[in-house]
Amino acid sequence: MTELIARRSVLYLVGAAITGLPVTLARAEDDPWPGLHQDVFRNRPISEEDGLVTLEAPIRAEDAALVPLTVKVDRDKLSAPLTLTLLIDKNPAPVAATFFFGEGSGEIVLSTRVRIDAYSNVRAVVETSAGALSMTTKYVKASGGCSAPALKDAELADAELGKMQLRQFEGGLPASTSREAQLMIRHPNYSGLQMNQLTGYYIPAKFITDVEVKRGDALVFRMEGGISLSADPNIRFTFRSTGPGDVLSAVAKDTDGRVLRGSWPVKSGKES
Amino acid sequence: MLCLALLVPGGGSGLAPPAAAQAGPSVLPLSVTEIAPGVFVHQGADALVAPSNRGDIANLSFVIGRDAVAVIDTGGSLAIGQALRAAIRAVTDRPIRYVINTHMHPDHLFGNAAFAEDQPEFIAHHRLARALAVRAERFLAINAALLGPDAFAGTRLIAPTRAVEDRSVIDLGARELVLEAQPTAHTDNDLTVHDTASGTLFLGDLLFMRHVPVLDGSIRGWLALISRLEQVAAKRVVPGHGPPVAAWPEAVQPQKQYLQRISADVRRMIKEGRSIAEAAATAGLSEREAWLLFDEFNARNVTAAFAELEWE
Repeated sequence: MTELIARRSVLYLVGAAITGLPVTLARAEDDPWPGLHQDVFRNRPISEEDGLVTLEAPIRAEDAALVPLTVKVDRDKLSAPLTLTLLIDKNPAPVAATFFFGEGSGEIVLSTRVRIDAYSNVRAVVETSAGALSMTTKYVKASGGCSAPALKDAELADAELGKMQLRQFEGGLPASTSREAQLMIRHPNYSGLQMNQLTGYYIPAKFITDVEVKRGDALVFRMEGGISLSADPNIRFTFRSTGPGDVLSAVAKDTDGRVLRGSWPVKSGKES
Repeated sequence: MLCLALLVPGGGSGLAPPAAAQAGPSVLPLSVTEIAPGVFVHQGADALVAPSNRGDIANLSFVIGRDAVAVIDTGGSLAIGQALRAAIRAVTDRPIRYVINTHMHPDHLFGNAAFAEDQPEFIAHHRLARALAVRAERFLAINAALLGPDAFAGTRLIAPTRAVEDRSVIDLGARELVLEAQPTAHTDNDLTVHDTASGTLFLGDLLFMRHVPVLDGSIRGWLALISRLEQVAAKRVVPGHGPPVAAWPEAVQPQKQYLQRISADVRRMIKEGRSIAEAAATAGLSEREAWLLFDEFNARNVTAAFAELEWE
């Protein structure tokens, strides 16, 4: 079932991306949610605001091209594995990302940064291993995020494309075996909606489609993403540490077939 | 709100015809101050772009040489560009041969079209064309919405016709302007202009006074550039926002303190493992009383600084 959701969401994204045009599909209707519910979740029943999943998002975005979101899942209430889908109703590509959590994941506290194109509901939908869906929604005031160039230094962005960095944080999470880290990828994540006025053409979409993070051989999470993720994709996540000698590794792929790899020894608790 | 404005460009009455592109019968010249012989500055409002100020929020200058005039920044709309041109024509008939844009932001170059009839060279940092090209559509849409149809009427973009790679000198006749393309700081396309005859340094938005600095480039680059520019022997400087003229390098000290404050707060929070959202809510707040428009820009500056500094 989780695979099915993933395939649906990716088709959705690619459809918007390859046209290279501002897709107004989501804007054509007043409330995009019924259509999304059908397309992404096949109208399956969804439990709303039941406390399983919480979403932190700004009421008003400081930068529509870089809106921080944090999702927390009360893992005590369900059994692993599970998936998390982030949706932005009014975006040209509403499915921002789908995360699949594996045995290496800690309790689910996940932060990332997204583009928001218009005042919109932002949703976090969790699917339990039993196949039940649970959703929480926040309304965010932001506009123009998908067409805005977030890259402030274009030459630096070109020079560093593909660079990956991992930051590790000291504990502080309730479950003592859970650790926090942040994966950062230098990538413009071109949305296909950013126009170059000199040429009169939209800059072709070019974005990170897949990210997989493992602790040793154990999957921490796999993400399928698209153009609604901000430039320089940034994912803060938790993983379950088994002790000294752990290694975190990441593989990221983009629409050009570029494969980026990195691995980092897990630091002992006090470093950051 | 912005989106609504874009969808209904005619405002309340859907029947109103689009505003005529040409300016009114007589263009009222902008007020200017002669801050040094042959150097004139118009002081923009310390405000956000609004119909009431017609996009007149940045400082705009012109320098008169023996043979020609150079304009440094043209304002936030065609109307402001025309009013600047009228101010120039009120003091000199010499040809306007150069229009220099200090960087890509609309409040500094949306008046370019007012000078098209003079057929000047439009000069900018070599990175401006690309930076503006990817932002043009958005800049035009946002400013059309903010200014409203009357104040925005006729505003269009004019791309540079001459790019400064590193350093370039233009001769106005017994008066040289030294143009320098700077590394990424306020934006990735900041150009400084030094009128060596009078010792006046035009800094564009590399220098904010009163108006809180706006970070759209690199905080590390900006602080590094400030240290270098402080060494420049200039009799006076013209900031992009704030008073028309100020003493150098005293003028940059408050801005330096603000950028250092943000930098230090953000670095500390990154080290503590705090999130970008937490930083946006608290970093730099000790500077709040020192600046105008602080609440409009500080959290955004912090967001940009965080996204940059977390790569250190």
